[in-house]
Amino acid sequence: MAGFTGPEDTSRLKKQFDHSKKQYEQEKYQKIAQKHVPKASIFRNSLNAFLMGGLICAVAQALFNLISSAGFTVKEANTIVAVIMIFLGAFLTGIGIYDSIAKVGGAGAMVPITGFANSIVAPAMEFKKEGYIFGIGARMFSTAGPVLVYGIVTSIIVGLIAFTIM
Amino acid sequence: MFEIKKVGKQTIKFANPPVILETSSIVGPKEGEGPLKDTFDYIADDMYFGEKSWERAERKFLEEAVKIVLNKRKQTSQDIDFLLAGDLLNQIISSNFAASTLGIPFFGLYGACSTMYEAIILASVLIDGGFAQKVIAATSSHYATSERQFRYPTEQAVQRPLTAQWTVTGAGAMLLGTPDQGEGPVVTFATVGRAVDAGAKDPMDMGSAMAPAAVDTIIAHLEDTGRRVEDYDLVITGDLGSVGRSIAIELANINGYDLSKNFNDCGILIFNPSQDTHAGGSGCACSAVVTCGYIMKALREKKYKRILGIGTGALMSVTSIQRQETIPAIGHAVAIENV
Repeated sequence: MAGFTGPEDTSRLKKQFDHSKKQYEQEKYQKIAQKHVPKASIFRNSLNAFLMGGLICAVAQALFNLISSAGFTVKEANTIVAVIMIFLGAFLTGIGIYDSIAKVGGAGAMVPITGFANSIVAPAMEFKKEGYIFGIGARMFSTAGPVLVYGIVTSIIVGLIAFTIM
Repeated sequence: MFEIKKVGKQTIKFANPPVILETSSIVGPKEGEGPLKDTFDYIADDMYFGEKSWERAERKFLEEAVKIVLNKRKQTSQDIDFLLAGDLLNQIISSNFAASTLGIPFFGLYGACSTMYEAIILASVLIDGGFAQKVIAATSSHYATSERQFRYPTEQAVQRPLTAQWTVTGAGAMLLGTPDQGEGPVVTFATVGRAVDAGAKDPMDMGSAMAPAAVDTIIAHLEDTGRRVEDYDLVITGDLGSVGRSIAIELANINGYDLSKNFNDCGILIFNPSQDTHAGGSGCACSAVVTCGYIMKALREKKYKRILGIGTGALMSVTSIQRQETIPAIGHAVAIENV
């Protein structure tokens, strides 16, 4: 019979049609929904992040000046400041304050080394109830892990580039 | 003679409408500071509720909600035919533990945040079908256990977007029975929702994911029953939040229904804007405690004659979200009336 495509073909066409119809309807809906989604103020958030990040750096700088003036070399002072800042980040996380700082400061609180400490201590606290192996041990780096992996990968690439050029 | 009690596409019309004999609600401290604080039976002082973990606290919330409903009615677990319960945790573990302590024959349900309404519908079906005299529907959720399972550790430094909702800590329980068991508001209609996948992908914006499902069920209910929106004193969704509510109003409007007058949402009612939850409350307990507390109080005081409650649920899993899959959603509607 001429033009007969068989049941398989019509069902395939219908499937394709239904699929694109669904996709079209979903896209149409997303346009409607987007109108109702409140937008965060990028300017205010950026300003808060700038101020919070600046504040954390200012604290670190003050510590650095203090420690340098006590007679430590720049290299020594750098290490000591990093250790203190990591402690502060972890401590403020432990007593439940750091998440409130990040609520205001956003990336300004997440990017500095204190935020890195937070990203390790927060899951460690949360998963402690699953024990020291499957809880703390396995979950501690659930957020920091990707940062470490890609940080190390990037440093290898940069190192290789530097090595070939120089 | 075998009579089918279904009307239209997806609605059940109860022949002998089951009576809501008693309800109970327990909430955590944040909910206890909200505008509905006087409608709850008990407000816990802290999120641990005297337990050593948040998961154990959630279990206790559920258990206590059921115990309160039993005590109010001077019943024991032996008097209850079935317990229908669910929660948000993996394998509905809170409900499983609570059921094991209570010892009532148990159906575990999962409909995400719509579970309370799913339970009310099935409880009513069991009662009107003649399979039970007294059934308890109950659900729980907990802010910290949900955050941990679906999102981040609670102390993690993250900024929540403005569309995010706050999982309600608490539990609600409802005792339903045959009309000869006592008086109270009755369940006349139930419209079972269809899972609707509107293509939403953002787990921090569940209002957008659930609004189409809620509207789909509301429209189906009105078409199946021949009722109008104005026939209800209140049409209330479970946890669409402020974003989902305004989307739902627009979607209904596109379909020729006006929800702008008597339409509200449990997630909006339960917190004050000053409590900084962003788009409102969510979770299984959100619709449960508002329905069992505020709405039932208003019905008993005859402030409302007839309401339509729609439990809304975002049907996602942690794995589906990580794989950037869409979020299907569902809405189950129940008409509760004073007769």
